[in-house]
Amino acid sequence: MTMDAVGTFRQRPEKLALLLKNKQGMIGFVLVVAFFLSALLAPFLATHDPAQLDIPARLTGPGADHWLGADQLGRDTYSRVLYGGRVALKVAAIGVTLSLVIGLTLGMVAGYGPRWLDNALLLLFDTIRSFPTIVLALAAVSLLGPSLNLILSIVIITSIPSYARLARTSTLALKNTEFIMAERSLGAGTFRILFRHVMPNVIGPLLILAAMDVPVVVTIEAGLSFLGLGVLPPTASWGTILNEGYLVIRTSPWPVVAGGIPLVLTTLGFTLLGEALRDIFDPKLRGIR
Amino acid sequence: MLIYIVKRIGLAVLIILLAVLALFVMLHSIPGDPVSIALGPRATPEIQAAYAAKMNLDKPLFTQFLIFLGNVLTGDLGTDVFSNRSVAKTLLGQLPYTISLAVASLGWAVALGIPMGCISATKPNGWLDRITGLVSIGTIAVPSFLVSIWAILVFAIHLNIFPVIGAGDQGDLADMALHLVLPSFAVGLGWVGYLARMVRASMLEVMGENYIRSARAFGLTTQTIIYRYALRVAILPTITLIGVGFGGLLSGTVFAEIIFARPGIGKVIYDMVLNRNFPVVQGAVMMTVALYAVVTLASDIIVSILDPRVRESL
Repeated sequence: MTMDAVGTFRQRPEKLALLLKNKQGMIGFVLVVAFFLSALLAPFLATHDPAQLDIPARLTGPGADHWLGADQLGRDTYSRVLYGGRVALKVAAIGVTLSLVIGLTLGMVAGYGPRWLDNALLLLFDTIRSFPTIVLALAAVSLLGPSLNLILSIVIITSIPSYARLARTSTLALKNTEFIMAERSLGAGTFRILFRHVMPNVIGPLLILAAMDVPVVVTIEAGLSFLGLGVLPPTASWGTILNEGYLVIRTSPWPVVAGGIPLVLTTLGFTLLGEALRDIFDPKLRGIR
Repeated sequence: MLIYIVKRIGLAVLIILLAVLALFVMLHSIPGDPVSIALGPRATPEIQAAYAAKMNLDKPLFTQFLIFLGNVLTGDLGTDVFSNRSVAKTLLGQLPYTISLAVASLGWAVALGIPMGCISATKPNGWLDRITGLVSIGTIAVPSFLVSIWAILVFAIHLNIFPVIGAGDQGDLADMALHLVLPSFAVGLGWVGYLARMVRASMLEVMGENYIRSARAFGLTTQTIIYRYALRVAILPTITLIGVGFGGLLSGTVFAEIIFARPGIGKVIYDMVLNRNFPVVQGAVMMTVALYAVVTLASDIIVSILDPRVRESL
């Protein structure tokens, strides 16, 4: 495990060549880049203001003016989908980064620290996992009211255990290796050992897990917003577009189709890329997600 | 063996206790006074005092927790303040709908996923394998609530084949089954890909074993070998997957119940969240957590009986 982890980082150029040859991985990579670019460049790519009303065009299908049709208020669906991507990107970026950092830290502490701390943290992770995410989210929303920050907190809390468990397993394997013992006998503090020496060796698999975690996070945001419990209308998010489109589904299928496709492409992109990365860098991760 | 089971049950009990504690802390850490949150701004001081006394909110926090815990353990999930009915009764009435939906979804996943896995394992890297591989990733990537919406769009609105709303007439089995088709498909589809891959992977592993090679040497066809011998062994990991995935399945049923307006635990939680009816939300969350813990426990024990290697991990 340790030697593998160290080796992974040494062989980067060859592994990158493998990734370029992996067809599914490249499709995923293209979709992921498209997701980032469309969200970041939304103001330049959009043809309309996402909140601008065009009542005569309401519930029309795709056309020259409204590329993906217009919703029940005549707002341009194409522009709204682009701006909705910004919400998804924000949730994914903040949610995944914070859960990775917290999970990594807790996992290293559990793996390196004393036995009782390890057991306590493991129990904590198992308890968090005993709440089905959506049920936990519904309970929290009922208490605190819907907001983007609440979605983010739930996403972070429920994702931490999988990162932490992974980091813990690798740390346990590293704990008694010679270079860590040497470092300890030279008088290095726990903090220095964990962040200078353990972290570089355990973070690789966690980054792959992060890529595969993005679809989960984005889906939670879209799902809660679809139920009217996350991002609230009139803000454009893929969930709110689906929410408003669902109400007019019998009159016009376009909003629910246009609001759903970017969600599918994004989850598909990250899944394909994440699986390709996993197969190339760390096949042992199979089955974790 | 027995030691493992006892340890595992102990862990499940501990986790449920911690979940109760977490829920209790959550309820009490929200900003504001629980009484005015539950009753709204228009309640008079007398109503508030009566409610506080009824819900034991006037006692010290630790006593409140013990009362709460005792009630939960004896199956008393509190009283719905609005309808004055027992929460446990309300929820138990909904449970069969949720369980039948979850089981039907598993049915879809097994019915589509296992044959797909077998087909792709007969000729690894052949064109059939590539197609099933793509379909697998597709089913994993599409969120279940989107499948629900799109299934309604295609099958209920445009083709008008399946009913969209409710669970069907009570007692009319055919009607209830018809109402189950789309929601369970939407929930189960996400698991088709996982199952197919799991079966394919473990099948390929089994196909390399000696006894399969001797079966081949005796001239049995690939088909016979796969369905009579390999599948039986390859199915084991899928049981684990079902246990691990049950929580995800429950989350999926929440969406399906809301979108298809089916009765069930998820629908109750959603409606009560919108009505801010806390006792019912709290009871429903407890029930889901307990249900989840029991299913995971059962699957872990079954797997530990089937596969001795698992026992060492606890």
